[in-house]
Amino acid sequence: MPDIKMKVNGVERSGSVEGRDLLSSFLRDDLGLTGTHVGCDTSQCGACVVHVDGEAVKSCTMLAAEADGAEIVTIEGMAAPDGTLNTIQQAFQDHHGLQCGFCTPGMVMSASALLKENPKPTEAEIRAYLEGNICRCTGYHNIVKAIMAASGQDVGAIAAE
Amino acid sequence: MYNFDFEKPSTVADAVAALGQEDAQALGGGQTLIPTLKQRLASPSKLVSLKGIPEMVGICRGDDGALCIGGATPHVQVAAEAGDYPALAALASHIGDPAVRNRGTIGGSLANNDPAACYPAAALASGATIKTNSREIAADDYFQGMFTTALEEGEIITEVRFPVPEKANYQKFVQPASRFALTGVFVAKYADGVRVAVTGASEEGVFRWTEAEAALSSNFSADAVPSAPSADGMIGDIHGTPEYRAHLIAVLTKRAVAAAA
Ligand SMILES: Cc1cc2nc3c(=O)[nH]c(=O)nc-3n(C[C@H](O)[C@H](O)[C@H](O)COP(=O)(O)OP(=O)(O)OC[C@H]3O[C@@H](n4cnc5c(N)ncnc54)[C@H](O)[C@@H]3O)c2cc1C
Ligand code: FES
Ligand code: FES
Repeated sequence: MPDIKMKVNGVERSGSVEGRDLLSSFLRDDLGLTGTHVGCDTSQCGACVVHVDGEAVKSCTMLAAEADGAEIVTIEGMAAPDGTLNTIQQAFQDHHGLQCGFCTPGMVMSASALLKENPKPTEAEIRAYLEGNICRCTGYHNIVKAIMAASGQDVGAIAAE
Repeated sequence: MYNFDFEKPSTVADAVAALGQEDAQALGGGQTLIPTLKQRLASPSKLVSLKGIPEMVGICRGDDGALCIGGATPHVQVAAEAGDYPALAALASHIGDPAVRNRGTIGGSLANNDPAACYPAAALASGATIKTNSREIAADDYFQGMFTTALEEGEIITEVRFPVPEKANYQKFVQPASRFALTGVFVAKYADGVRVAVTGASEEGVFRWTEAEAALSSNFSADAVPSAPSADGMIGDIHGTPEYRAHLIAVLTKRAVAAAA
């Protein structure tokens, strides 16, 4: 069993994994970070998106052993230590960007990756970037709105609900 | 998933040695292989990650002017850095979704040769050379049918060399659920002629539409594109009939020529 080490949300973590263990199961089962959701387990839905060395990755489709030595950020690393939501999370709350909340961790992680590379995306760019994140509840509209708001843009400009 | 050993070498030579073990298999971005393993459609004894090999990642311009892309280069990097071949960069930027593009590699895509994948069309239309740890394979000899290539057991794609065309364009008709191409056409115009490669249509996998190549080589305009090829041997499934795909080939070729010209 390979021994692996990685920095997760700024904290050095380690563990022993089997070759076949997925990053999603290492985070959830070994580290107890159950904010990373597993929706489809077939790389379709994006509920499991985390950042690996700054890039959005579907953690259900990456081996834990592949993440040895990496810096990982999960949804648990988004809010401040006292629980204050970050700008994107707060915008999701303000604009009703979630209903059941199952897809939300992946949506927030994808949105944060998007805003890092494109701080002022257009509505079309947001929708294109979220192509791999599926939401069964919201119809996406309020998610797009929340991300527009989080990037400091006028949400009035996007189509009415 | 059945269990397997995991190894992450840092040179091509070490990777080839590790792949010498019986039932060992290369791991690129895992975007195809991991789902396959989950379905227990493969049971390797060992996965050899190619992601830790610096000489297999990156993009450069060869002495002959070709664009050389390392076999383990992820789609996201091709999208960002293959500006010398804009149609190729655009193709890479529309594969799957951002998370897939961050992990998936060009070598993995060409090794897998999914009948609906995008890179095989680019490689075939560009007359690319697939460089492996042991030889160089011309794209025309490399693709041998759905999920079948000229690669031998344990052979790895270390680099892909694309001659840069005068003009080119890729038209992907997206299958919205899988985000692969329902059908896709890559048109590339070189000084010595035009090449047209079609993905997502034939039961034989990616192929060259030679009739269109001949017509476009003498007149590179959308009007010169022949009428749709025969639907014989085209894929028919819940998403489209063979006739529908054959029709799409002509439509997408026209669009590609119009966009490139
Ligand atoms: C949701 C989703 C959407 C997608 N959409 C598209 C799309 O629109 N268009 C498209 O073209 N593809 C699409 N893909 C596939 C994606 O491009 C994969 O990245 C690609 O097919 C496989 O590359 P990989 O690096 O992940 O390879 P892996 O999954 O790691 O490996 C695939 C196969 O190739 C072998 N292999 C890997 N690297 C090498 C190498 N260097 N040399 C020899 N053999 C190697 C492996 O042993 C395995 O057999 C999509 C995938 C997903 C999950
Ligand atoms: S659980 Fe990973 S993409 Fe759905
Ligand atoms: S809020 Fe329920 S799946 Fe998106």
